[in-house]
Amino acid sequence: MTAANDGGHAAQVLRSRPDAIPFVSNDESGASGAGLAGTVKKRRSRLAAFKQRNIYVGGAIVLAVVLVALLAPVLAPRGPQDTDYGARLKPPSREHLLGTDNLGKDTLSRVMYGARIDLRVGILCVLTPFVVGLALGCLTGYYGGRIDSVLMRLLDVVQAFPFLILVIAIVAVLGPGLRNMYIAVALVAWVTYARLIRGEILVAKHREYVEAARAMGMRDRRVIGRHILPNVISSAVVYAMADIILYIVLAASLSYLGLGAPPPEPEWGALISEGRGFMATAWWLSFFPGLAIVITGIGFSLLGDGLADALRPSRR
Amino acid sequence: MVPVLIGVTIIVFVLIHLIPGDPALSMLGIHARPEAVTALRHNLGLDKPLWEQYAIYLGNLVQLDLGDSIKYKQSVASLIPKRMTVSLLLIAYATVLTVAISLPLGIMAALKKNSIFDQIVRSLLMVTMVMPAFWIGILFLIFFSIKLGLFPVSGYGEGALDHLHHLFLPALTIALSIAPILVRSLRGSILEAMSADYVRTARAKGIGEQVVVTAHVLRNALIPAVTLLGLSVGYLMGSTVIVERVFSLPGAGALLVDSISARDYPVVQSMTLIFAALVILVNLLTDLAYSFLDPRVRLG
Repeated sequence: MTAANDGGHAAQVLRSRPDAIPFVSNDESGASGAGLAGTVKKRRSRLAAFKQRNIYVGGAIVLAVVLVALLAPVLAPRGPQDTDYGARLKPPSREHLLGTDNLGKDTLSRVMYGARIDLRVGILCVLTPFVVGLALGCLTGYYGGRIDSVLMRLLDVVQAFPFLILVIAIVAVLGPGLRNMYIAVALVAWVTYARLIRGEILVAKHREYVEAARAMGMRDRRVIGRHILPNVISSAVVYAMADIILYIVLAASLSYLGLGAPPPEPEWGALISEGRGFMATAWWLSFFPGLAIVITGIGFSLLGDGLADALRPSRR
Repeated sequence: MVPVLIGVTIIVFVLIHLIPGDPALSMLGIHARPEAVTALRHNLGLDKPLWEQYAIYLGNLVQLDLGDSIKYKQSVASLIPKRMTVSLLLIAYATVLTVAISLPLGIMAALKKNSIFDQIVRSLLMVTMVMPAFWIGILFLIFFSIKLGLFPVSGYGEGALDHLHHLFLPALTIALSIAPILVRSLRGSILEAMSADYVRTARAKGIGEQVVVTAHVLRNALIPAVTLLGLSVGYLMGSTVIVERVFSLPGAGALLVDSISARDYPVVQSMTLIFAALVILVNLLTDLAYSFLDPRVRLG
């Protein structure tokens, strides 16, 4: 019952600022003003159940991908670099469920090992921007003044660049490779988090509970850490969930351009890229690694959506 | 806008100084003769103090001098127009397709809220949203170009119609990666407009549902969609870099990627700058369009 109402409330809050959260399903909500209270309630509880399902399904997919990544050496039928010259460019079959490449490497095994690389990339890419953006967003949002205006100018400048192009340009000068991609992403992506958190703090700092905390004579650090942050962090967490898949796609794209993981690595983008050369004869080489990205992406999107709904109500 | 532009030039300027070690040596390769490296270093002005280098860089920019390409042995400014034409055509084409896909889908999904159609559209969008553009591109190539032979595998073609034929799959690839965001926003803003007071008033006056939707709901719901489309131009440009590569198009994005592997940093630098300048320009145009579409907004 409470959960049902919260679900509706969350949807409403989200709808009021759809720009902040990319993968949010802002439907139903309280839009249906007409109708008996009973039907509304029933609808809402059904909606809440649906949103719960998002968390479970998304979580299950993500968990499965994580398990595959962790257990790849056990689960994969072969090693990621094991060649078998007797079975080159074989289509999917009982023996090679997802086919083989031009060196007889098993696609399934390579995709499974690829999960290790891509998940790590996604998470590492989000981590630094998240922490840096959070810190700077807190600082400037809470104190305002000159640091704030300087930071805002900087955000405007960085965001004037197309994200992908700036990342590519930085990787280009630093040299190809995933490590340099982390650096490039860290240099560029913190702006989104800083803007997001700053916006949330600007709203939160005038709330009664913050004023009460201040009136009680608490130090700024405690006010931010104990009272503001827990209330504003959820949107950043939700954003980060959705961001993970964007970085996996980014890493794949950079590998495709030859700027990410070097060729023998079974990174998903690199696998798709390898397959491009054989697309007329061996479609499976490009298809399945891409499918892995899509499945992982759906998992994180659903999880992000579900978390958005589950976390939001706690702000009141 | 001007401070942002200046900031952008600073970042682009700093970019070349991020190169580990000596940029001149890095561009020419380790086997280059020392005299050549010194000459290039001098040519690029790398032996001057940093602020002076930046002043020279800005001065050159004002005169549209973007430096010389190392790979093509000609001025960067002369390389760009031809490449940019391809990319701009691709971007415009992709934008048209994006609108052609999103508008009907968004409207239908909102009007038939929670119907099977709405559910299918939204599930499909969740899938297309996480599909890497180059993967869609390769699948299109495999299916439409190789299996069905409907479209060319690569290249740009000759003449306007041929261009449109060649660019269809690339443009569709880009459109598919942007449409989800637009449909989602459109659907949301239509639903919001539907529950607004002025719509209730219009209905109460006895206006037909069709007029209510077109004249009252859409007129208001399209405004955020236009803004969003304007804001996604940066994303669009990022996609061209990859999609041009997949479909072997001789565009500006491909020039950027080729220059990276050739360590042709003046071109990398200039392309980054131009893409950013384009984004700033489009954002400005979006703001203008916004005030044009919504009489309540007036730019001060």
